[in-house]
Amino acid sequence: MSTARHTKPPRVGDAPIFRRLLIAIVLILVVLVVVAPLAVIGVQAVSKGIGYFARTIAQPDTRHAILLTVATALIAVPINIAFGVAAAWAITKYDFRGRRLLLIVIEIPFSISPIVAGVCYLFVYGLQGLFGEMLQSADIKILFALPGIVLASMFVTAPFVARELIPLMQAQGRDLEEAATSLGASGWRTFFSVTLPNIKWALLYGVVLCNSRVMGEFGAVSVVSGNIRGQTNTLPLHIELLYHDYNAVGAFAAASILALLAVVTLIAKVALERRGAGRVSRPSLAAPQPALEKIP
Amino acid sequence: MKIRLDNIVKTFETFRAVRDVSLEIGSGELVALLGPSGSGKTTILRMVAGLEFPDSGDIFFGDENATEIPVRHRGVGFVFQHYALFPHMTVGENIAFGMKVSKTRRSPTDIAARVADLLRLVQLDGLRDRFPGQISGGQRQRVALARALAVDPKVLLLDEPFGALDANVRRDLRRWLRQIHAELGITTLFVTHDQEEALDLADRVVILDKGRIVQQGTSEEVCRQPENAFVMNFLGDTNRLSAVVKDERAEVLDAVYAAPGLPDGPADLMFRPADVAWSEQGPGLAANVVRVIDRPDSRRVLAVTANGQNIEFDASPEFPAAVGSRGFLEIRRPRLFSTTA
Repeated sequence: MSTARHTKPPRVGDAPIFRRLLIAIVLILVVLVVVAPLAVIGVQAVSKGIGYFARTIAQPDTRHAILLTVATALIAVPINIAFGVAAAWAITKYDFRGRRLLLIVIEIPFSISPIVAGVCYLFVYGLQGLFGEMLQSADIKILFALPGIVLASMFVTAPFVARELIPLMQAQGRDLEEAATSLGASGWRTFFSVTLPNIKWALLYGVVLCNSRVMGEFGAVSVVSGNIRGQTNTLPLHIELLYHDYNAVGAFAAASILALLAVVTLIAKVALERRGAGRVSRPSLAAPQPALEKIP
Repeated sequence: MKIRLDNIVKTFETFRAVRDVSLEIGSGELVALLGPSGSGKTTILRMVAGLEFPDSGDIFFGDENATEIPVRHRGVGFVFQHYALFPHMTVGENIAFGMKVSKTRRSPTDIAARVADLLRLVQLDGLRDRFPGQISGGQRQRVALARALAVDPKVLLLDEPFGALDANVRRDLRRWLRQIHAELGITTLFVTHDQEEALDLADRVVILDKGRIVQQGTSEEVCRQPENAFVMNFLGDTNRLSAVVKDERAEVLDAVYAAPGLPDGPADLMFRPADVAWSEQGPGLAANVVRVIDRPDSRRVLAVTANGQNIEFDASPEFPAAVGSRGFLEIRRPRLFSTTA
């Protein structure tokens, strides 16, 4: 390193002090903000021993909360993938009236507090709400049940997949799809063999974000689920409940499970990327798009 | 396959891209659509392909009205300006794509054999397993052509095929495309804004301006008999001097040129820089040399006439370059275009 410093002319921001300071700041922040709290969860969760931890997890209410959270993700995430891909496709590949408006509408959940979303659903599907009586007479339960939780989660995470895909698909333009169609490919064929392979990494990232948010959603779900222990409590709600019960270790144990689910998601993402990276097609995708040759 | 366009009109929002264009392309012909940007040439090409649909008018492929046939079933090979190769597929997979999605089933060995044939045709044997990101621009262009040819198109359409390549590669590819066309005899329509490319490559050049055809003909016809000032200007460097026509005679300063058939009134006298002879003693237009630019095979002289109009002309490398020297310009092949509306 010292030899490199002598042979290379100093670049902007390359002074050793500056570099070390920058790295130190980042490391300290990461430790304080991310690593330490996560470590505390892990340590606290097992502070009364593994046995106690296992018993806490095995408690029916906690188990139910875990299952409910996973079920919600399994329903909401695929629907949002389909929605996100369809929306991104529509916005980037077609010209139609209201395109810009649709773009803004998709982003609304980003800017609205989830609790507002929850309250909105109360107004629409609640007993005194828009469809309340209709739903009750048809004996369909949306609020304080799984459908409500899924709907609220979907509202909050609606932009995640679309927002990842739109800039990429905009940059890619329509040429590839037009080429595929001109070669005789059907719409589905074009999507699956041309569009999808070129957006899969952005899609994967969107799915991971969407999934993490669905599993961790608190505000909107807490309004529409009614917080019924063992029935409509998702993991985040359950953690809060345990915490208010002065069951700190239980809360930490449940929290560690939620964190674990997130880690599993991340591992799945990395594993998929690894598998992709092993394939020959990866370099061409990772390589910068060939710039236009100079026009003399 | 013969192509006929009948009174094609296309408007985008408020922009009238194509205004009443009729055109016939003979079977096996190689035709260039030439025009500046915004002249509607790419829009016409995309309508022939079925990637856009005209607001009115019809497109015939042979005797069949193809206007409403979508691109998927139209049987055209389209080569995109930026190639539009599928980046996640190898060169071989790109070329095979059209055969794989086609309704006529082909066995993998047939497809592989055809891919090999096409690679040989475009002189890219050995690049089958590369990805588009790993080959040069000129090679990509050839892969795009092979991919378009793989589906046995009735018509080959190329959008600015060489626009993104550097000059040398462009010249080579042009000759090569001409050769492939001669070999396959497939009706070919290509779009370009480069006059040299159009003149070099096409059997017939169709010149467009503001969504209309302004002239069409062989390279020789459009070069020697430009029908209006736009064509004259667009095909190459042009000098323009204001003239006044009276009784079929055009006066420019103290020189007079025959102007058969031109109405009385203001006109433009136009000529190429190469069509000028310089002499120290008349006859001709008096002018002063202001600047000399050296080129590999000639000198480009910039001169100003007595009434301040600029003229550029080409002289031999031996031309004595004396800025400020005075002489006379004799114009060969002058062309006169009336500017009375």
